[in-house]
This record gives sequence, C-alpha cells and structure tokens, in this order.
Amino acid sequence: MSDGKTVATEKSFYEEGTTKSPKGIKSWIFSTDHKRIGILYLCSIATFFVVGAILGILMRLELIAPGRTIMDAQTYNQTFTLHGVIMIFLFIVPGLPAIFGNFFLPIHIGAKDVAFPRLNLLSWWIYITGAFLALLAITMPGGPVDTGWTFYIPYSVRSTTNVSWAIFAAFVLGFSSILTGINFITTVHRMRAPGMTYFKMPLFVWSTYATAWIQVIATPIIAITILLLIIERFFGVGIFDPALGGDPILYQHLFWIYSHPAVYIMILPAMGVVSEIIPTFSRRTIFGYKAIAYSSLAIAFVGYLVWAHHMFTSGISDTARIIFSLLTFIVALPSGVKIFNWVATMYKGSIDPKPPFLWVMAFIFLFSIGGLTGLVLGSLATDIHLHDTYFVVAHFHYVMFGGTGTIFIAALFYWWPKMFGRMYNIKLANYTVVLYFIAFNTLYFPKFIMGYMGMPRRYYDYLSEFTTLQFISTIGSWLMAVAIFLIIWNLVRSLKTGRIAHANPWGGVTLEWQIASPPPLENFHEVPVITHEPYDFSQLKEMDYESK
Amino acid sequence: MSQNEHTLNDSHGHVHRDDVGARMGMWLFLFTELLLFGGMFLVYAVYRFQYPDQFHLAATELNTGIGALNTIILLTSSLTVVLSITALQKKNKLLSVLLLVITILLALFFMANKYVEWSTKIAHGIYPGSEVLLAKQNGEILFFGLYYVMTGLHALHIIIGVIILAFMVVFILKDVITHDNYVKLENGGLYWHLVDLIWIFLFPLFYLIQ
Repeated sequence: MSDGKTVATEKSFYEEGTTKSPKGIKSWIFSTDHKRIGILYLCSIATFFVVGAILGILMRLELIAPGRTIMDAQTYNQTFTLHGVIMIFLFIVPGLPAIFGNFFLPIHIGAKDVAFPRLNLLSWWIYITGAFLALLAITMPGGPVDTGWTFYIPYSVRSTTNVSWAIFAAFVLGFSSILTGINFITTVHRMRAPGMTYFKMPLFVWSTYATAWIQVIATPIIAITILLLIIERFFGVGIFDPALGGDPILYQHLFWIYSHPAVYIMILPAMGVVSEIIPTFSRRTIFGYKAIAYSSLAIAFVGYLVWAHHMFTSGISDTARIIFSLLTFIVALPSGVKIFNWVATMYKGSIDPKPPFLWVMAFIFLFSIGGLTGLVLGSLATDIHLHDTYFVVAHFHYVMFGGTGTIFIAALFYWWPKMFGRMYNIKLANYTVVLYFIAFNTLYFPKFIMGYMGMPRRYYDYLSEFTTLQFISTIGSWLMAVAIFLIIWNLVRSLKTGRIAHANPWGGVTLEWQIASPPPLENFHEVPVITHEPYDFSQLKEMDYESK
Repeated sequence: MSQNEHTLNDSHGHVHRDDVGARMGMWLFLFTELLLFGGMFLVYAVYRFQYPDQFHLAATELNTGIGALNTIILLTSSLTVVLSITALQKKNKLLSVLLLVITILLALFFMANKYVEWSTKIAHGIYPGSEVLLAKQNGEILFFGLYYVMTGLHALHIIIGVIILAFMVVFILKDVITHDNYVKLENGGLYWHLVDLIWIFLFPLFYLIQ
C-alpha cells in the first residue's frame, strides 16, 4: 500500500467525492468527506488568520511612536478587539482540531470517516455562519466592537458598538466547536480499526480526544454567558448590573470558566502534533507514551479548575486566590512532563532536521518561555505587579502564537505532502523557520521587558521611555509579515510547481503514511488491522521505505 | 439488541449506521445542554445565597398551581414519548404516531399555560425594566430576571422539542424510522426527557420556595 507506485493508479479524494457532481464548488461545500471538510476549514481559517495578522501589524504600526501615528484611539480599541476576536474564535480555537483533526483523526485510527459525517459538514456551515455574523458586526452601523475580546461588564453593556452581534457570532462559533467535539469523541470510541486499542492510538488522537472533551464541557458555559450578556443588553435584566443588584465579577467568573479551558483547547492539539513530528524525525519511538497520553487528560481536567487566576486583581477572596494559584502551578506539571518526554525522545535518535522538525524545535523554545512566564503570572505576588501589562500580552503570544501558531505551521509542513500530494521547497522552508524565529522574538520579547517596566496592555499611547522597545517590536512585526508571506507563498506555489510527493516522504509509521498521497476517498482499501505500537519504526522495513 | 447487528454489516456506504454511536453522540449533546442550564443554575445559586429573603418574597408572586399543573403535563409527556418508542418496537406504527401527537399536544398545553402565566405577570407590570419591578428590592428584581430568562430558555427548548417530535412523526409515517431502525426516535425522546428534567429543577427553585 505504501510503496508510492499506487499513487498514479488509484483515485484520490480530489477525484472522487461524496456529492453527485464530482467537480465544482458544490462538491466541496456539500461534501461529507472528512478530508474535504478539513480543507474547507483550512481555506476559511487561513483567510481569517491573515486578516487577524494584518490587524496586528496595523496595531504595531500605530505603536511605533508615541501619540497618534496612523489611527485614532477609538479605531485602535476596535482594532485590538477585532484582532483578539478573530484570532481566538475564528483561528486558534478551531484551527488545529477542525483542520488536522478532521483530516487525520479518522485516518489515524483506521476509519473511513468521522462518526457523524453530515454533522461534521453542518459544523463547518455553522462556523461560516458565525464568521458571517462577525463580519456583520464589523460592517453594520454602530461600528466594530471596542470592548476587548473579553467583553467585560459593565462596559460591554454600555458600549454603543455592535457588541451583541459580535458575541452572538462567538455563540454560533461555540456551537460549531461543541458539535465537532461530540463528533470526535464518538469517533474515537466507535470507529477505531480492529487492533487499534486506546494505547495504540497515535498521540495526536489522544490530544484531540482530550480537546474534544474540553470543547464539550467548557463551551456551553460561554454560550450561556453570552446569552445572558445579550439579554442584559436588550432587556436590562440586571444579572450582571450592580445598579440592579447584579455582580460584574460573576460575569468574569463565567467568562473564564470557559475561556481558560479554551486555551487548552488551543494548545492540546498542538502538543499532539509535536508528539507526532518528533518520533518521525528522530526515527525513535516516543519516550513515555502513556505519560504523554495521560498528561493530555490531566491538562484537560486540571485546566478546568484554574480560571480565577485571570481575576487575581478583580477582588476575590485571599483563600480563593491561594487555591487558584496553587492549581495553576499544578497544571504546569503535565505540560512539563510532555516537554521532558519530547526531549528524551530525541536522545540518541537518528535526527533528520527537515522543516517540520525545525518548527517543532522553535516551538519547544518559544513554548518553554511562554510556559515559565505563565508561572510568574500564576504567583500572587508577581501577578499583582504584572497583571494587565505587556508582560501578559507577551506571555499569551509566546504560548498561543509561539506554541499553537508555530505548531499550526509545523503541522502544515508535516502533512502538506499528504494532504495535497505535492512537496514544497524545503530549502526555503528551512530559511523561513530561522526568519520566523528571529521575527517572533524581536516582536514579542521586548513586551516582557516593557510589561515588567509597567507598560499596561491595550493602551493607545505610552511614555517616551518605552519608545525604543516599542520600535523594536514593530520592526519584529514586519519581519513576521515577511515570514508569514514566505510560508504561504512556499505552500501555495507547491500546489502548481512542487514535485509529486511520495506516499511517505518523512519515513513516518502512523497510518496516514501507509496510504497514498493524497488519500483515496475511503482512506483504506481494506480495513487495516493494527498490530504495532504507534511509533514502532521497525515497520519501516515492512513498508519498503527507503530514505532519500 | 437487534439494532447493533446492523452496525458492522452495513459498511459499504459512505455514511454507515452505528446506533450505539448515535446514542453516544446524543448523550454528549445532552451533557452540553445540562451545562448550559448549569451555568444558569450557578447564577441562581449565587443570588439566592446573596438575597435569600427577597427571593422568598418574590416567589410568593408566582402561581404554584399553574407550575404544578405544568410539571404534571411534562411528566406525562415524557411517559407518552417512551410509550411511543415501545409501540414502534412492537410494530404498532399507528399507536406510536398517536402517542407522539399526544406528546406534542401536551407540550402545546404547557406552552399555553406558560403564556397565561407570563402575560398575567406582564399585565401586573412585572417584567424586566418595568417601573413596578424597578421599584422593588434588588433581590426581587434578580429573581424575576432569572425567572424570565430561565423559564424562557426552557420554553425555547420546548419549542425546539416540539419541532423535533414533529419530524419524528413525519419520519415514522415515511418509514424512515421503523421498528428495527428507531435510534432517531430514541434520541428525540432523550431530548424530550432533558426538557422535562430541567423543568423538574426549575419548578421547585422558582415555585416552591415561598
């Protein structure tokens, strides 16, 4: 199956669809094939990423010098809110699970599709509806939201901008997220191929499974919070309004009960991708398979109980603050377990530093900085000083962009030849990693220093002593723009001019590397029977793999 | 379970049939619904703790009689849904449809009571933002705020439930749901039980704390 000769003879899922007409846009937007849906998500999510990135670059440009540069203060508020809303709800929450989870989770467990293919298509449609509503919130009279992506009460009730539309968009997107979560949990329980026991599943499946549980458990809370906020805006019920006896802090609790677990929705699938890439390019089985699998579940569980560390300065009791601080430290443990296991996997491995592996190296460095500064923020004493400063912004971008964002790119470079059957320019990709790494640190590291010096987040203007560091950070944003452009250009160009990819270009042994690139419609000609551990590289001989 | 045997045999179509999987998905969905209402119950608990006396006072305004009647109606409707599934299993298609129609009628009866109840309140000037309500104490304002939001959200679920059950009637008549392929009806029934279950919590929390 894997020798690459079959590529030319069999039909890929691009040539054979689930709809009546095999070609044209309808064969995509009405397809129930998990691979096509994954690519639909890829196109839509990548578009929103670019929009969010452009907004970020505009913000950085505004901050290049003190005072007004290119936009007024209100526009700046709206820009950072949109940047946050787009990046969080439209890019990073659905990003990895919806694209790569959809495409590879069924293949990884030896299934032909997810458990509910039509529900899967519906989830994409709901996602697009949510995105459309977000677009309406921008263009409708009233103007884009200016509350920040956290929509804190009371300002979100009083703001005259289109808060209701924007949060309703988030509600709809949450619904899409829940349905995807339900689909993946059921798929993992019901669709595994014969012999695919829970502990033979690739770790990407484990982490996507843990993510799916968080999606199911946490998302309804943001849904009800958003509904209450909308009702508050339209009817003035008073649930969050202190003038009527309500409690704005309660809103913060409800918001973070979702939004903290949500950061694990963002990072866990990324950790799964890392656990796929490192063994493949080290030619060595993963170190501590069960520890990594269980640590995903531990993160999902403990991550649910740390939300109030976002509220250390909001006015909650000392007892609550100490407990939440302690739990925050505990949640760092399973993340540490993963980092050590990944590094241990590389030890004495036969390392092949191809681009996906290099992205993962960048990830480990950036994510470690992000994780450790998270502990600085989780400590009560230091958090009082650093709360709502650039330090938080830097920490968040190191874990989310440096963590999930970097792995999003790594996953693209790892699975691109499988998804599209074409190989990109490897040399250019290598240079891009270096540029990206430099750009990233130039862009975000100065923010740690500025935050420590006292620069508050979300401010339109700043004191002159921050000028140099703000300037350096803006230069970083331009370098980052170049890096992102090179990534997109390299990948898109490969679709036309890239050489045809081998079925197994990296020497991976999980199931996706044992089928053609791109895969056929039903993934496997016959139901695979699993006998090996997921990262057993002795299989490479059986698979006739020759390293090139 | 004769249903499950179909699961593995029918593996040629792109969309395969897996009744256990379908039920599992439904339970997960119901779990998210419980959490959705769970958020509301949390808010209720916080304010009940903060304003216990005013909650008691406000609850005296509610009509326990209508609340109790609606509880009985919903419990009965849950029974008729279960009976409808059993009737279908015993290949009595007509009875199954009849029982579903009774369920829908009971749901509409519930909504009519709800309408009477709400419109009486509104006629007395008790609704969010009204002068009568704003003149009351904070705890009472919150009680009625939560009353409208929680019973309103529940009523929305009743409406969705009626639509789902109406589809089930059509599916049975068109033989999409049959005596050996009734997982859709089971899932529709599960949804209806959820709506019933939530009301069983709403009823004492609003009507019985006077």
